[in-house]
Amino acid sequence: MVVVSLIMRLIAGAALMILVAGLAFLFEGVDRVVHARMQRRIGPPVFQPFLDLLKLLGKENIVPRRAVPWAFNGAPWVAAATMLLLFLYIPMGSLPPILGGEGDMILIIYLLGLSGVAMAVGGFASGNPIANVGAQREMILMMSYELPLAVVVSTLAYVAYKTGMPGEPFSLETFAGMSVWGVVGKVGFLGILCLFLALVLVVPGETGKGPMDIPEAKTEILEGLIIEYSGTNLAMFKITFALRATAMAAVIVSIFFPWSLGSFLGFGSVFLYALDFLWFWVKVFVVQIIFVTFMRTAFGRFKIWQASEFYLIKVAGLSIAGMILASIGLVI
Amino acid sequence: MDKKYKVPIGPVHVGLKEPITAWLDLEGEKIVGATVRPGAIHRGIEFMARDRNPIQVIYLSERICGICSFSHVIAFLRAVEDAASIPVPPRAQYIRSLVLELERLHSHMLWAGVACYTIGFDSAFHLGMALREKVMDVLEVLSGNRVNYGVATVGGVRWDVTPELAKTVKQMVKYYKQEFAPFYDVVTADPIAKARLRDVGVLTYEEALRYSAVGPTARASGVRCDLRESSPYEAYGDFGVRAVVPQDYYGKAYGDVFDRFLVRVHEVYQSLDIIEKVIAGLPEGDIMWEKNLNKVLAFLKKAEGTGWASIEAPRGDDTHVVHLKGGDENVTWWKVRAPTYANAVSWPLMFRNNELADAPLIINSIDPCISCMERMLATDSTTGARKVVTRAELLEKCREKTRRLMQNGGR
Repeated sequence: MVVVSLIMRLIAGAALMILVAGLAFLFEGVDRVVHARMQRRIGPPVFQPFLDLLKLLGKENIVPRRAVPWAFNGAPWVAAATMLLLFLYIPMGSLPPILGGEGDMILIIYLLGLSGVAMAVGGFASGNPIANVGAQREMILMMSYELPLAVVVSTLAYVAYKTGMPGEPFSLETFAGMSVWGVVGKVGFLGILCLFLALVLVVPGETGKGPMDIPEAKTEILEGLIIEYSGTNLAMFKITFALRATAMAAVIVSIFFPWSLGSFLGFGSVFLYALDFLWFWVKVFVVQIIFVTFMRTAFGRFKIWQASEFYLIKVAGLSIAGMILASIGLVI
Repeated sequence: MDKKYKVPIGPVHVGLKEPITAWLDLEGEKIVGATVRPGAIHRGIEFMARDRNPIQVIYLSERICGICSFSHVIAFLRAVEDAASIPVPPRAQYIRSLVLELERLHSHMLWAGVACYTIGFDSAFHLGMALREKVMDVLEVLSGNRVNYGVATVGGVRWDVTPELAKTVKQMVKYYKQEFAPFYDVVTADPIAKARLRDVGVLTYEEALRYSAVGPTARASGVRCDLRESSPYEAYGDFGVRAVVPQDYYGKAYGDVFDRFLVRVHEVYQSLDIIEKVIAGLPEGDIMWEKNLNKVLAFLKKAEGTGWASIEAPRGDDTHVVHLKGGDENVTWWKVRAPTYANAVSWPLMFRNNELADAPLIINSIDPCISCMERMLATDSTTGARKVVTRAELLEKCREKTRRLMQNGGR
């Protein structure tokens, strides 16, 4: 039975990875069209990211003379693999995660961090001063948004533990199964709202888009840490970038917007799962459009110290305010 | 361990419109030293001009630069008209002023868009470029071209302003008075744009004077200098142009990139006012001193003398000096001094205490026109070595040439 279950999981996992990668690219294509329309442009075809990916997969990998080959070639694969792995821990609608019970929110944060570190390693290994600057910026940015992210996650777990939400406090399934907005009081609601805003503001930094596209700043450091990448390696990074945006949106949806459409409409078992699965991706799509596309259309780019200050003072302050409010809400 | 490292910005860079290299010495992200190395786009236009007559050189001067093409034409023509003492009819002067201001409009809008693009504010960039289309359309209606208009000729202009065109121009002014404010608000009200532009690339009033900055770069530092005000040319004497300086509008001139943005924005409004005045006060009469091109050429062939002209191009003072020799059909020599040449020396000052992220913005902030600027490149064909002529060498060469000119009696 164990073997069968393992094989089932392997097949489901592989299918999910392909599906998720496809959806992430589709979302990116829509993101580019919406972005263009808001700028009074027409924009590329929706399937342009797929075409770009196919083109890149057929191109030669060029390794610079001064690069460290194993790190340079390995980094994109590690980054892409981690991002794909991440989706095995996210519950999709009413479906439990494929590797549920074996990883929680902390693991998800680590996986996001690992792919960021892999990108930075690739940049450092390029042997190019501009990629070096980009990698430094990526590391600084990561260190800056980790604090608010950690505060948000630990506060949510504390709230889940104290209010006795069913399931493990740190597990995403707990939040996907029951809305966190309902279990807290009025003050707690305000606290959760602060946490939600803090997490939303982390999204641009985590996805490297919007006002936080500093490590890949095109007009400053020429795409920064991916400057030396080409061919398959670049394709892997493209997958990583697309998946990071979708992954953050999926995490936000799982934590803050878990509402099930299927059970609201009173659907049965298979229909419930199918409908909720679709509903989950609709929500992810909406979240991604609002918090990635709108943000990157509305704002220019920060400088790295401004971004660092923004995360370490303003967003961290917001998340700590959320923590205090949520704790007060639990007491009264 | 030496913590400093070098990063090149350019010669080809996404944030730069033209090839120029800035080698930056960095400590982390901080710029501790900068070396600007031009010399990638020298084309020897002045040398080419020596095989051509003044009418042919008009088309050459138009191609010095893509954005301020008409400024170069007018500066060249004024120099030729000065050398040969050719009068320009008032209507032609008004039309020249009109096109100069239209050009200033599209140059400043392009710059504002590119500045936004450099700080990653793509939406404002696309908005600015969409706005710019209107003035490009008007120029196309006037001359049939969008970039090199071919409007001016020796002693006048080739295309007249028809009532239909006047109507189009009035519509354009109305359009911009409505549509430009949102663009301006989007950028100045945006907290990130302000954080990126304020206190970046500062050039103080004293430095602007000492390093002879010109145009909007100097005006943003609070220097009241505008050739349209101080020595009006063409029809500008009739319009009472005042130099736009930030202290008049905001009480204080910081001399940073944000002030350069504001100065250019207010100059757009100033240009719109001037265009309205030009259309309202357009005098009747001829648009050319002499319609027959052969007669003009014959007159220019006989003319003898050196003429110079300095005009306020969108980027600053554009100076042309032309020498014509009696009996010689071609331009004897021609010297162009584009505004970027004067402004480029301020770059190393502006780089002080700034970061790598600001470098392309600072380079763009003076609105550089590298192809305008690069008038000379010393190369050694035997060794293939390129060298930059030092100031002392240049001074010695300059004196040597003056002596030679004195001996030859103006030649």
